[in-house]
Amino acid sequence: MSVIMNFIAEFKRVMLDGARFDLILVGLKNTFIITLGALAIGIIIGIVVAAVRTSFDKNKESMKLRGGVGYYVLAFFNAVCKFYLTVTRGTPVVVQLMICYFVIFALADDGIPVAIFAFGFNSGAYVAEIFRAGIMSVDNGQFEAGRSLGFNYFQTMRYIVIPQMFKAVLPTLCNEFIALLKETSVAGYVGVTDLTKAGNTIAGRMYSYFIPLLTVAVIYLVMVLILSSLVGKLERRLRKSER
Amino acid sequence: MSDNALIKVSNLKKHYNGGEVKALDGVNCEIQKGEVVVVIGPSGSGKSTFLRSLNLLEIPTDGQIVFNGADITAPKTNINKHRQKMGMVFQHFNLFPNMTVLGNMTSAPVKILKKPKSEAEEKALELLDRVGLKDRADAYPSQLSGGQKQRVAIVRALCMEPEVMLFDEPTSALDPEMVGEVLDVMKNLASQGMTMVVVTHEMGFAKEVGSRVIFFDEGIIQEEGTPEEIFQNPKSERLKSFLSKVLI
Repeated sequence: MSVIMNFIAEFKRVMLDGARFDLILVGLKNTFIITLGALAIGIIIGIVVAAVRTSFDKNKESMKLRGGVGYYVLAFFNAVCKFYLTVTRGTPVVVQLMICYFVIFALADDGIPVAIFAFGFNSGAYVAEIFRAGIMSVDNGQFEAGRSLGFNYFQTMRYIVIPQMFKAVLPTLCNEFIALLKETSVAGYVGVTDLTKAGNTIAGRMYSYFIPLLTVAVIYLVMVLILSSLVGKLERRLRKSER
Repeated sequence: MSDNALIKVSNLKKHYNGGEVKALDGVNCEIQKGEVVVVIGPSGSGKSTFLRSLNLLEIPTDGQIVFNGADITAPKTNINKHRQKMGMVFQHFNLFPNMTVLGNMTSAPVKILKKPKSEAEEKALELLDRVGLKDRADAYPSQLSGGQKQRVAIVRALCMEPEVMLFDEPTSALDPEMVGEVLDVMKNLASQGMTMVVVTHEMGFAKEVGSRVIFFDEGIIQEEGTPEEIFQNPKSERLKSFLSKVLI
């Protein structure tokens, strides 16, 4: 009993007294903002890059045969996307974050928008590859059926391929979001008070590491569990058509 | 006669690997309104490639396809407009698994032709009724048998009110006892005057329903004629040997 009582007393001393828990809440809020912002940017980048890459792969033969400059335009953008994927996936996210903050946006005084951009830019590369794999996993017959009914390329993608792709990639996409949530813990490198940084600040101030870091870890874990269960629910709803 | 051909194919070629593989090697043919053209031939003969070229699912390497008086192989053609008038049925049905039967049938009329949903559904139900599947309108494709799937695929294409229906081995992926129900739907369609191009191994169907039979081999039309001419009086050795293998 006394162990538990001691722990509660220590928790109160380190985390709650002096309104120190407010710092955790600020960090939690920033972690949320960065993760959601980066998620939005990552999905937008991911859709665009995956669209360019799959359009090129699907249409290069026919575009070559039908002539025109379309092929070269698409080939150029495809090369740009490939370069982006290589660089982004080939370097650590902390390095990208620091380059963004200290070099590209050196004049920015607030680290949060920079962190949103950097994590979004990074996540976009992974999301793009997830979407691309998802689109390729949809049977080509679906695509041909759509085209044969008279849908154009974009309508076929939008109404037929992408809804099926989304279902296929949902678990993988969820893992990417969870990874992103945890990755934002390095935002402290550019002076942003995220959840991890908040815990670390309290730890430094109180010369006590165990309780602040444990608290931070538990909060991350709870968020991940909630996210996983939400996606599980969504997946079950989407699976309706496979009864 | 050639002036009112619905589809006119001239010197159609499809080469792969820079001419190494010649799937189609100069096909000339005309399809008149109301005809049921049955395309037969050994596998790898180019018959499927030919059919898929008609609505440009395969882009020909060379040659011309004129549909309804328009050259659809010209680079500036809006192929989507023409495809709306060319229904296609695939060997593997290719129904959209994330939509109900009704959704499969109404998506194109609603999204492409901008038909009101109620009107499209009414038309879809009427067509479903004709193929005996009205009670399956709200089912998902995974809940249907192969024969039911293919019947839905046929009426899905009909929802766009096509001028020609292209069938790419529509019964090849079916269990034997389900072939009949699909062929019945196709016979029915033919009797209503639909122009049809059918790639098939069902020689019985070719004899009974075909107004013309085309025999493909090595990427060209080797022989064509009425079912009687082709099946009772084959001229080329190739066709004779092919028929001896498929007609038992």
